[in-house]
Amino acid sequence: MKPVEFLRFLWTQLTSMRTALVLLFALMIAAVPGSLGPKILPQRPNNPVLVREWIAARPELGAVFDRLGLFDVYGSPWFASIYLLLLVSLVGCIVPRIAVYARAVRAMPPGVPKRLDKLAERASGPTRLSASDALDAGERWLVAGRYRVRRQGNELSGEIGYLRELGNLAFHVSILGVLAGIAVSSLFGYKGSVIAVEGSAFSNTLSQYDDFAAGAFFKASALPPFTLWVDKFDVSFERGSVQHGAARQFQVTGRLAGPAEEPRPTILEVNTPVILGSSMVNLIGHGYAPIVTVTDPSGAVAYSGPVVFLPQDGNFTSLGVIKAPDARPQRLAFDSIFVPSQSTASGVGPRSTFPDADNPTLWGTVWTAPPKVETGRPENVYSLDKTEFTQVMDGAVPASFRLAVGASYTVPDGSKITFDSWKRWTKLQVSSTPGLPIVYGSIGVAVLALMLSLFGKPRRIFARVTDADGVRSVDVGGLDRAESRAGLGDAVAGLADAMGASVSVMGVSGEPAPGRRGTKSQLTLAGEQLEESE
Amino acid sequence: MNLAYFSSLAMVTATVIYLVALTAHAAEWASARRVDAGPSTTDGSPAASSATSSTAGTAARRDRIAADLTRVDRFGRMGLALTAVGAALHVAGVVLRGLAAGRPPWGNMYEFVSSTLAILVVGYLVLVWLGKMRWLGLPVTLLLSVGLGLAVTVFYVAVAPLVPALHSVWFVIHIIAAATAGAMFNVGGLASVLYLLRTRAERRGTVRGYVVRLPQPEVLDRVAYRAVAFAFPLWTFTIAAGSIWAEYAWGRYWGWDPKETWSLVTWVVYAAYLHARATAGWKGRRAAWLGVVGVAMFWWNFVGINLLVSGLHSYAGI
Ligand code: HEM
Repeated sequence: MKPVEFLRFLWTQLTSMRTALVLLFALMIAAVPGSLGPKILPQRPNNPVLVREWIAARPELGAVFDRLGLFDVYGSPWFASIYLLLLVSLVGCIVPRIAVYARAVRAMPPGVPKRLDKLAERASGPTRLSASDALDAGERWLVAGRYRVRRQGNELSGEIGYLRELGNLAFHVSILGVLAGIAVSSLFGYKGSVIAVEGSAFSNTLSQYDDFAAGAFFKASALPPFTLWVDKFDVSFERGSVQHGAARQFQVTGRLAGPAEEPRPTILEVNTPVILGSSMVNLIGHGYAPIVTVTDPSGAVAYSGPVVFLPQDGNFTSLGVIKAPDARPQRLAFDSIFVPSQSTASGVGPRSTFPDADNPTLWGTVWTAPPKVETGRPENVYSLDKTEFTQVMDGAVPASFRLAVGASYTVPDGSKITFDSWKRWTKLQVSSTPGLPIVYGSIGVAVLALMLSLFGKPRRIFARVTDADGVRSVDVGGLDRAESRAGLGDAVAGLADAMGASVSVMGVSGEPAPGRRGTKSQLTLAGEQLEESE
Repeated sequence: MNLAYFSSLAMVTATVIYLVALTAHAAEWASARRVDAGPSTTDGSPAASSATSSTAGTAARRDRIAADLTRVDRFGRMGLALTAVGAALHVAGVVLRGLAAGRPPWGNMYEFVSSTLAILVVGYLVLVWLGKMRWLGLPVTLLLSVGLGLAVTVFYVAVAPLVPALHSVWFVIHIIAAATAGAMFNVGGLASVLYLLRTRAERRGTVRGYVVRLPQPEVLDRVAYRAVAFAFPLWTFTIAAGSIWAEYAWGRYWGWDPKETWSLVTWVVYAAYLHARATAGWKGRRAAWLGVVGVAMFWWNFVGINLLVSGLHSYAGI
């Protein structure tokens, strides 16, 4: 085979219906490993921490899985190759079909085949009308039934159901539309998040984000300028016995202002984001921030204010590190756990029994390190570098504390931490997905097109008037170009009837056609068709 | 004694009635077995024997068969009537549950399963009324008994308000679409199962009893196709509606959450089913298998995922 021929062969294979089917199977199976849930196979984009733990627990298997992309199935090259192949196959398949369809729509229905008895349904019988009357009547019947009609001599052809193929093509094209919309979103869109403690404000500039990701064509000027004050965050949880602890309400009461605008009151809830042009601010998380004051042994205040803690479970047992880099002679840090509703059972450690702050308690251990020059390099505020810090001991045991609101703990070296109070924080996400109108527009078209395609009835029906031996008779035959259509027999009989024929209706096998009005008398005793009719 | 109590009472009673209806349909098929296994004719095929009874049979035999058929039919009508009574109670149970909760009754798995099955049974009754589809009675009552039985025993949770993520109009739109599509996928799946049963019996030459009373394979295939053709666009819409909702609630329209992924996998299975029906070598039994895999995916997504996999969609207990 010459290379060109081989390429052509490959192309024919790739754009065949069978390949499309195989690729759909492949897509279906390839999607499975990523959807088994975080417990079985966590995915990095959703659960980075769980992935790290998974790999740590099974280093060898983890390394192999990681190389195979099993921790990011939907971003893996093999997943991409399946949908890209499907895409190529789709384009290769529909472009020629669009051309064929364009011709078919402009063409007349095909002429009447020589032998009508090859068709799935047919009817014939003598007619009482003259040939031209019969043909006129047949034509009227077809036109009334919205058939496109071709009349030639003593023959009639009718075709209906062009919309089916149109629907099918429009559906497949709109799949491309959905993909185009997704591509636009990921090229031009952005998504950033920031944690804002109650009483603080967020200004929409890149430097303010904790996390930010944007597409290749994103420009910072696309960020709408605004400031959002998070004045108050109200939450409530179910206190009744049914679904105890389930979230019932999250609501940010705040103020919003564009540049040089007066702030106006605004409410932000889970299903009601703030919409600013093509950008949107969503409330996507919340947690607690204990407010503490740290003094060093000299009595100087080394830190004072809220510290964001990250929730670890449904009852908001939260981890955080309180850092006082200005403390002297040593820097101080407290590796801590905030428990909003400390369990009062004896001997229970830091464990929360309810997500609301019914009995807020701060637990922790104390760490120190020599002073360090400010480098300005960002460091992780949620974790403590334990190679740098050493733990402070209280005799033989680590110095540790368990504080209720208002209480303080004095470290053996004389420094002191006070648990003043607590606030809530909210996690806000600002994002823009500019391709969404294209996506949903395409899906809308897809759904309508699908309905055309799935319910459309492409059908051809033919009639011929013949005179033989002084008897004028009508022959009618029809075929459905899509499977699973019913009522063809009725249509064939209807046309014959319109043409004045008293007919006998035949299916292909010469048996009376099943499942049709008029055949009920043929129902068998065994009940084969008792339950069935159209 | 309150609305929630009466809702549960109605659901449990409906379950029991469905069980009785199932028994009636089972009796219908069982008594049909005798009819079709009547004295065989020269060609030895029981189906043909009864079909050609006018030539081979005597008047007495014909009378006996007619009497048997009346009994078969009586069982079938009983099953249908019981299903209708069960359906009335079932729908009442769903409505009362909604009234008790003061919101649409599909906020957790118990409610979702009972609502979907309610749509299924209503859809089935409509189909029987419009299209003489009583032959679906046995598998439908089986599904209803098992499904609603599991719902009232295993999945049951007391009435509670919704979590904030569900406070949305999409909660109504998305879930009605999902439940309706799901109900029709079930009808299609059951028809596909029957198609597989019937074609297998035909290949083995064991068309007897239960199978004889099923419509021809083409009809079963057509019913399966129509159910899927109805459900598939709706399912496409369901996924789109869910993604719009996710954009509002969670700030992303698609996140490969297990529930989202399995919805898409289900969608791809049905796309494959529709393709298979148009591909030589795949139409018929293989396509029917895909239809069965499709409903299996549907139930796995709506029950299995909730029980076994945690994701953003797991809220409100199970
Ligand atoms: C992204 C991948 C694809 C999806 C999701 C998809 C989906 C569908 C669906 C749902 C149908 C049934 C509805 C209808 O009849 O219009 C269908 C039909 C069809 N598809 Fe696709 N398709 C895909 C790719 C392809 C490809 C690559 C080909 C080319 C070989 C193809 C050829 C066809 C044909 C010829 C039909 C008509 C079948 C019939 O006459 O019933 N499709 N497709």
